[in-house]
Amino acid sequence: MATAVHEVTPTEASAHPQAESIVVRFAGDSGDGMQLTGGQFTLSTALAGNDLSTFPDFPAEIRAPLGTLFGVSAFQINFGSTSIETAGDALDVLVAMNPAALKTNVNELKAGGLIIADTGEFTERNLAKAKYESNPIDDGSLAKWQVLAFDISALTVAAVKPFGLGNKEALRCKNMWTLGLALWMFDRDRQPLVDWLKAKFAKAPALAEANIAALNAGHAYGETAEISGPLKQHHVPAAPAEPGLYRTVTGAEAISMGLVAGAQLANIPMFFGGYPITPASAILHHLSRLKEFGITTFQAEDEIAAIASAIGASYAGQLGVTSSSGPGIALKGEAMGLAIMTELPLVIINSQRGGPSTGLPTKTEQSDLYQAVYGRNGDAPMPVIAARSPSDAFEVAIEAVRIATQYMTPVMVLTDGYIANAAEPWKVPEVSDYAPFPVHYLDTVPEGGFQAYARDEKLARPWVKPGTPGLLHRIGGIEKQQGTGNIDYGPANHQAMTDIRKAKVDGINIPDQAIELGDPGGKLVVVGWGSTFGPIHQAVRRARRKGLDVSHIHLRHIWPMPGNLGALLKGYEKILVPEMNTGQLKTVLRDQYLVDAKPLNKVSGQPFRIAEIEAAIEGILA
Amino acid sequence: MNDMTPAVVKSTPKDWETDQEVRWCPGCGDYAILKAVQRTMPEIGARPENTVFVSGIGCSSRFPYYMETYGFHTIHGRAPAVATGVKLANPELDVWIITGDGDALSIGGNHTMHLLRRNLNCQVLLFNNEIYGLTKGQYSPTSRVGTRSPSTPFGSVDRPAQPCAFALGSGARFVARGIDVHKNLPSVFKAAYAHQGAAFVEIFQNCIVYNDDVFASFTEKANASGNQLWVEHGQPLLFAGGTKGLTMDIDRLVLKVVDVVDGDWQGAHVAVHDQTNRGLAHMLVEMPFGPFPMALGVLYDDPAPTFDSAVIAQNKHASEGKKPDLQKLLSQGQTWQVEKEPRPE
Repeated sequence: MATAVHEVTPTEASAHPQAESIVVRFAGDSGDGMQLTGGQFTLSTALAGNDLSTFPDFPAEIRAPLGTLFGVSAFQINFGSTSIETAGDALDVLVAMNPAALKTNVNELKAGGLIIADTGEFTERNLAKAKYESNPIDDGSLAKWQVLAFDISALTVAAVKPFGLGNKEALRCKNMWTLGLALWMFDRDRQPLVDWLKAKFAKAPALAEANIAALNAGHAYGETAEISGPLKQHHVPAAPAEPGLYRTVTGAEAISMGLVAGAQLANIPMFFGGYPITPASAILHHLSRLKEFGITTFQAEDEIAAIASAIGASYAGQLGVTSSSGPGIALKGEAMGLAIMTELPLVIINSQRGGPSTGLPTKTEQSDLYQAVYGRNGDAPMPVIAARSPSDAFEVAIEAVRIATQYMTPVMVLTDGYIANAAEPWKVPEVSDYAPFPVHYLDTVPEGGFQAYARDEKLARPWVKPGTPGLLHRIGGIEKQQGTGNIDYGPANHQAMTDIRKAKVDGINIPDQAIELGDPGGKLVVVGWGSTFGPIHQAVRRARRKGLDVSHIHLRHIWPMPGNLGALLKGYEKILVPEMNTGQLKTVLRDQYLVDAKPLNKVSGQPFRIAEIEAAIEGILA
Repeated sequence: MNDMTPAVVKSTPKDWETDQEVRWCPGCGDYAILKAVQRTMPEIGARPENTVFVSGIGCSSRFPYYMETYGFHTIHGRAPAVATGVKLANPELDVWIITGDGDALSIGGNHTMHLLRRNLNCQVLLFNNEIYGLTKGQYSPTSRVGTRSPSTPFGSVDRPAQPCAFALGSGARFVARGIDVHKNLPSVFKAAYAHQGAAFVEIFQNCIVYNDDVFASFTEKANASGNQLWVEHGQPLLFAGGTKGLTMDIDRLVLKVVDVVDGDWQGAHVAVHDQTNRGLAHMLVEMPFGPFPMALGVLYDDPAPTFDSAVIAQNKHASEGKKPDLQKLLSQGQTWQVEKEPRPE
């Protein structure tokens, strides 16, 4: 996992890398319930004490036509008894619920890996839809893998027969049958699943019983089929972890809870203006249920209204928050400038996805760094911070609220589709461990008179709530006069105000950059940001085990950058910047520090593999 | 308006003026509207610190700088969205939105529609001058077909939007019309403020530089009486000094103009204005000017529950009996306890 829950011991480090981890992918039609199966398998994995990382990979279409290649929905999980930081490079086990799922995923299975396939779906029609000329299960084309093919559909229908379900409904229990088999394979307790099914189908007990029967039947199949064939039971021991209470968390959940925590630490109510967009909507959904925390959520008519209403709420004294993905963030650009000009606190969450335009709505990318740092008219400096993992999103959200309220500025948080949807175990933090940063509204005329654009030592202006007697003032997007905030187009004033806005953001107090792994100085440093943390960290760790002189630096603060970063980077002979874009952080680093940062880019909509980064490191140090 | 404001607060129009130099062109209709608003504020008992003017972009949107209240001059078309955030964050504030025909119906048409359908408790003053003034005179979404402007040198060809019809179509529960220099304007503002919910007021505003006298056919002294119909709830729809009125053509279900002889409007079957009659409001705002007079005053006023009160009520209801326990929130879902490192080194 990407948190500091577990530090790898020297014994572990010397062991064969990832020997105690297994990568499983469930793949089927988008209507087959693969995300749900994966989610429940993740929970049982977490409850077994394994460390884990997941990668839900689903099509943009809600219900793509049955059996098609583009309609395949997959859920990948990497779990083990050591620290897990990625969803895994190559699969050990592929569960393929139909020919299309097999075809689109099998090439990511390791040689010798296990395919579990439902022959009930390998009909002529489905084979044709998947563009198979012959049945791969029989034609020898899967020879380099182990194949366990049997009629899961028929076995499921038989298992649920006593509950009187129609054929269609009976077949819907296939995913539970498969999950039962998977639970057997990895020696997992079924009880939490049984409890969950009973709660989920509380209003339809027959459905609950049918699903439980399917789950049990899959499990029983594993037990009885063990005697022969490739199906073997594995026991993956629990991963070492700090004592404490744990749960699984997705990035969207962590961000939402981090915003709630931030608002509590700032001691102000929160207003969230959002507009539905993949993959950011989950944050709106989570926050909409938390009214008791003083949160108002507003589903606006469009992206612009979402941010504009949040700015209005901030003006009225609440913490304005808005959230979107790349295309929506583009629409919000002008309003961000207004928040910069009027110097109001605002948190903007960008769950990045593949672009440009509509791009790849459900696939991940990190290509909005330029948009975040530079994407506004005028000289419009704005802090940008990035989450590296689902659990890190909690800390980053709090940090965003701190900066926004302490410095009276909009702040953008960069996360991505991968972080938003992926789950990992999370040691539940103690709220009391976080230092509060309460907001102080100005509510009386200060000595020497009130000025709307007076500055404190941080260069922040006072926050005055409308409704406060004696402090009436007007703000807006037109250039402000220093101090008074009145309209002023004067040349010297615009120069001064532009300089102040820049100095305020440049002067934000952020921690010095730490080195994640390795030494301060050396032959090579790999610099990353955001969700590439896992693969970079593992690749650097592996390379170091081989004796290579390489270190890992991972940025949370994209803008402004940590004060020591330039000096730190100059201590290395070479700099490699892996990014899921065409080299955006690389360009910023070159610009800021005149260093020869080299890019390593991937924009396939899939996260980096450890091996890809490892190969690049070896290539440079060869 | 906000129903929690104390009824009587003593102020004079002068108290609502700022020290800022007003930067509209000499002779602009905006001056008269500013005066009318400043005259209205003492009469409605508004408190400056509790009042927020939110505007978009355009000549009219400079308005907040000239009101001694809280003010937010936002970005083009987005004032309704900003105002929604302000009002939801603090429903006790009196929120006034100042906008123009381009701001409210072109770039911000979407927000205007949604503000009205949601029924946010606020006043929307739309200064309609049928032109883009601040960008030097291009035709606007309310310009009549054939309007010659720098961007339409051969005359505009697209049909104009009708602000009040748009407002009704969007679900507005209060629709009124006024004229920048007319003495009735403060009374229209007072009615708008008294209405609980989104109150939409179209003000015919003369742009002396780019569209002078565009409303002269009914605002000029000589044309006023024959072409202005000031409606009043419970009163007959009369104009031209009581010599003409509107009646219902029962066969065609449309309004028609009838002559009233010797003040006998009953005899002429002149309709009585009912401001809660939505169907009548639609007909009044859609009457073609020329064959019909310009309907002015409070054309429609029929309150409905407001968006802000519904949001507050739901927030309250959903929070009832729940403690905002962050530690509990973080610990939700399926959790497990790790007692100690399972594999000591």
